[in-house]
Amino acid sequence: MRKLEARRRRATGELSVNCCPGRKDSGEQNRRMGRRIALWAAVPALAAGIVSAQQYGLGRSAGTDEIAAWDITIGPQGKGLPHGAGAAREGAQVYEVRCKECHGEAGAGGDQVGFVGKPEQLVGEKTVRNVGSFWPYATTLFDYTRRAMPFDRPGTLTDDQIYAVTAYILYLNGIVGEDETMDAETLPQVKMPNRGGFIRDPRRKP
Amino acid sequence: MPKDASSRRAFLGAGALLGTALGACRTQESAPPAEQELPSLLGEPVRRYGARSPHETAARAIRETQTPEASSSRTPLGDSYGTVTPSALHFERHHAGVPAIDPAEHKLLIHGLVERPLVFSVDDVKRLPSVSQPYFIECSGNSGGEWSPAGAPTVQLSHGLAACSEWTGVPLKMLLAEAGVQAGAKWLLAEGADACKMQRSVTLEKALDDALVAYGQNGEALRPEQGYPLRLVLPGWEGNANVKWLRRIKLTEGPQYVKDETSKYTELMEDGKAWIFTLEMDAKSVITSPSGGQTIGAQGYREISGLAWSGRGKIVRVEVSTDGGGSWAEAKLQEPVRTKAFTRFTLDWQWAGGEAVLLSRCRDETGYVQPTLAELIAERGRKSAYHCNRIKGWKVAADGSVSNAQA
Repeated sequence: MRKLEARRRRATGELSVNCCPGRKDSGEQNRRMGRRIALWAAVPALAAGIVSAQQYGLGRSAGTDEIAAWDITIGPQGKGLPHGAGAAREGAQVYEVRCKECHGEAGAGGDQVGFVGKPEQLVGEKTVRNVGSFWPYATTLFDYTRRAMPFDRPGTLTDDQIYAVTAYILYLNGIVGEDETMDAETLPQVKMPNRGGFIRDPRRKP
Repeated sequence: MPKDASSRRAFLGAGALLGTALGACRTQESAPPAEQELPSLLGEPVRRYGARSPHETAARAIRETQTPEASSSRTPLGDSYGTVTPSALHFERHHAGVPAIDPAEHKLLIHGLVERPLVFSVDDVKRLPSVSQPYFIECSGNSGGEWSPAGAPTVQLSHGLAACSEWTGVPLKMLLAEAGVQAGAKWLLAEGADACKMQRSVTLEKALDDALVAYGQNGEALRPEQGYPLRLVLPGWEGNANVKWLRRIKLTEGPQYVKDETSKYTELMEDGKAWIFTLEMDAKSVITSPSGGQTIGAQGYREISGLAWSGRGKIVRVEVSTDGGGSWAEAKLQEPVRTKAFTRFTLDWQWAGGEAVLLSRCRDETGYVQPTLAELIAERGRKSAYHCNRIKGWKVAADGSVSNAQA
C-alpha cells in the first residue's frame, strides 16, 4: 500500500527532538554557588505557593533563538503566527498533493476526518464535529497543520503552504473567499461559526 | 537421585506429568509415591532482566487503525492483581508514534511568563528532590463504548484505557520556582517531543498543586511508550493532558485552545454546546474478577474483586451488588487507599450456581457517587463520547460463564 510505504519511508531524522544542541551558560557555576546559601531560606516561600525563588541552581539559561525555534504554539489571538501568506486557490493545490489521500476530495473525509460542516450538525441523531462545524479558532488549524501534518512527514510544508491550505479548508466551509489571503493579520480575525459553542466544565469541583 | 542428566530429565518429565495430573486425580485411589512429588529439576540460571512465566499471557489489546502510530492499546484489567499496573501492560495512546529519544540529548525548556527561561537536562531533573507516588492515568475516552446501552464484552475493552503506576519525579512547581513565575501567568502549555508535538493547556493552579515531571515508573525509568525520558503527570486529570516526552512548558495568561482541547476531548451536549477543559476524571469503579469473558469454576466461595478510582481524591466506599442492583453490600477496600490512585476492592461471595448480575458503584471523598448510565445521560445527553463512568454490570450464567450484563 502506498500509504504504508510512505510511512515506512518517513525520515525520522527530521523529527526535531533536539533542534537546539546543548549550550552551557557561562554564568552557570556562579549561579549554582550563589544560590546554595539561599536554598533553605527560600523553602517557606515555596511552601506558601510563591513561585519565584531559585533554590537549586539547576538548569541553564535558555537563549532567545533557542526559545524562538521551539516556541511554535499559536494562540487563539494569533500570537506566534509566522510571516508568510496564502489563499485558497493555492491551497487547493497543496491539499491535492499533501492532504487529499487521507482527508478525501475537497475535505469530504476519507480514511481520516473531513473538514466541511456547519454548527447545525452538532445537534440531532448524527452529529458532525469538524473544522467547519466545531472548531472555535482558525488559528488552531494553522497551529495543528504546522506541528503535526502531513501525518507521516510533519514539518515539510512551508508557512506559505500552511496559510494557503488553511485558507482552502476555510474556503470549503464558506468562511473565507477563494482569493482571500490568510496571514498573521487576517487569520486571527476569521470568526469561526462555532466560536461561541463552548462552555467551561460545569461539573462539581473538589 | 538419578546419576546423569538424561535420566534426570526423564525422571523430571514424569514428575511434571504427575504434577499436572495431581489436581485432577486427587480422589483416585492409587496416589503416586511421595518422593516423586518433590521438585528436583535444576532451574534456569540468574538473568539480567526478568521476564514473566511463559504460562502468563495477558497482553494489551490493540485497536486496529489505518495508522498504527496513532492508535491505542488497552490494559488487561481482567488479569490484574492489586493496584499497580505492570509498566509493560500500561495502556497506550499515541498520536504520532513513540519517538526514539536519547536521554542525553533530551531537554526541557521552561519559558513564557517566567523571570528566567531555563533549559533542564534529564540529569538536572534527576538531581532535584524527588517524590514517588502511585497515580492512575485514564484516557478520557476510556469506557466511551459504555455510553451505548450495549457496552463492551470484557473489562479490558470497556475500561482498559486506565492504568496505575508509581511515578517518580519532581514536583512541577519546583521547576517553575527555579524559572520564576510572573504575576500574569495563569496557565501553561505543555508540549511533547513526538512527531505531532502533542500539546495541552494546563492551569497554573494544577501545576502548583500536585503535578509531577516524572522520569520513573514502577521503580525503573519510564517506558518509551509512557514518555521516556520525561513526562507530565497530572494526578486525576484526563490522560491526554499528561503530556509524554515532555520537552517544553510555556507559562501563559490563558489557554491556547489547541486541537486536542477543542476539536477533541470536549463534551458535546444535546443542545450543541460543548463543555471545554473537562480535565478531572470522575469517580469510577468496575469489577475485574469475575468479569466478561471469564468463567467461574465450581459453585462455592468466589472472591469478587475490582478497581475504583477518582480524579478528585480518595475512594471512601465501594458497594457491590450480585443481584443486578436489588441489594448492595459494602466491599472491603485494600489498604492503603491512596488519593487519585487505583483502589482494590473485594467482596466475599458464595456462588450458589445460578444466574447473577454483578455491579459495583463507588463514592469518593468529595461525596460524589458513581452514576448509572441513565443518570449520566440525564446530566449530559448521549453525545459526549468522553468521561463515561457509568456503573458497569457483568452477568454470570448458570454454567459459570461471565458476560457483559448490558448485552
